[in-house]
Amino acid sequence: MSVIDLSWWQLSLAAALVVALAICTHIARLQLGKSLIIAAVRTAIQLTLVGLILEALFAVGTLLWVSLLGLAMLLFAGQQVVSRQKYRLRGGWSFAIGTVSMLVSAFSVTILSLVVLIGPQPWYQPQYSIPLLGMLLGNTMTGVALGLDRLTESLRRSRDIIDNRLMLGETWRQASIEFRRDAMRAGLMPTINSMAAAGIVFLPGMMTGQILAGTSPTIAVKYQILIMFTIAAGTGFGTFVAVALCTRRMFDERERLCVDRLI
Amino acid sequence: MPQLKLEKLNIGPLKKVRLEIQPGEIICLSGSSGSGKSRLLRAIADIEPHSGDISLDDIDQKEMPGHQWRRQVMLVPAQSAWWYETVGEHFNQPMEKALKTLGFPEEATEWQVSRLSSGEKQRLALIRALSYAPQALLLDEPTANLDPDTTSKVEAWLMDEISKHQYPVIWVAHNREQIQRVATRHFEIKGSRLIEREISQ
Repeated sequence: MSVIDLSWWQLSLAAALVVALAICTHIARLQLGKSLIIAAVRTAIQLTLVGLILEALFAVGTLLWVSLLGLAMLLFAGQQVVSRQKYRLRGGWSFAIGTVSMLVSAFSVTILSLVVLIGPQPWYQPQYSIPLLGMLLGNTMTGVALGLDRLTESLRRSRDIIDNRLMLGETWRQASIEFRRDAMRAGLMPTINSMAAAGIVFLPGMMTGQILAGTSPTIAVKYQILIMFTIAAGTGFGTFVAVALCTRRMFDERERLCVDRLI
Repeated sequence: MPQLKLEKLNIGPLKKVRLEIQPGEIICLSGSSGSGKSRLLRAIADIEPHSGDISLDDIDQKEMPGHQWRRQVMLVPAQSAWWYETVGEHFNQPMEKALKTLGFPEEATEWQVSRLSSGEKQRLALIRALSYAPQALLLDEPTANLDPDTTSKVEAWLMDEISKHQYPVIWVAHNREQIQRVATRHFEIKGSRLIEREISQ
């Protein structure tokens, strides 16, 4: 089976659908049209650029260039985590915590699944490593961003409760347990939901893509299961590390809650 | 018997506060609103950053972790917070006697926290604090939301507990009669200093 290439006019037909939607929302005064168009334009530009970069990368295929692209993706994801926070930690801590937690979870899970599970030759072969890293990083980023957002927001809102719990002599861990639990749940819920509904409610994007590209469904399903599990692990560990670090940062060395560390 | 000692304490508008509170002694603290009474108590409980030395029984605050200090030097804030479903879950040990003395029925521990009135919350917060068996008490207007009858019940119970356990106590109060009834000594915050006042009869 060979893949049917799409021509540009076919893509512009799909774009016309988005424009039609934007016009409809504009007429109905839902004020979504502008952000919808901007997001669509961004998708087109960003993906075109990534396509060019990947073509070049596949041609070169050295470890150096693969890791440089990985690093760029990580830093961009860290910046995305920060921009999705309602309240951020002062002094770049949100960026640092987000980046570190994605580094320890998404990167190590990617390398683990490349080396141990898939085993391409060489292990960093960009055709496997970059899409895998991208998917893990994307999902981990969402988990970390949701978890941190929930955590800082609820700590800030429930300041009285935490202060009162500290007054009764609870440690910072005890006083924050409910909030850490909530934040973990917020970060992991999308992943748990998508694992529970996969295949029944929707066909996961990667599997669909592979099938469209001519892979047999059995192989595509195996890859999808692998991806789902690694995403769950990556998101879970990433959110866990981020929530732990951020909670620690919200309390000072005398175990006081420092709401003024948020902006 | 523990003694609570403040030395060169700076917090908010207050500078170089020096105060020694003997076991069983009740220091009443008054001052206009915004004068820094609550912040002083929060600093002593180490819930707010401050400079200077605070010690209990000659052991410095900095020598132990924050939570351990706060378990001993217990602050009861003017507005208490509640986080579990029922009242009883907040107590560290059963407090049947205290509940009875302050006019609560036995099943009060099963009450829903969301249905408590402000006066009930205030009394229950005092009982909750004592259920953790502290060494010293910092009370921020402990009878502010109570009617005169309940106020005298709470005062009597608190004074009883204080003399039984020999807590050193700082008690923020505005009411002149209450200060006369409970205080061993009375200080007023004026600007950056604590000034001792006569407890006139």
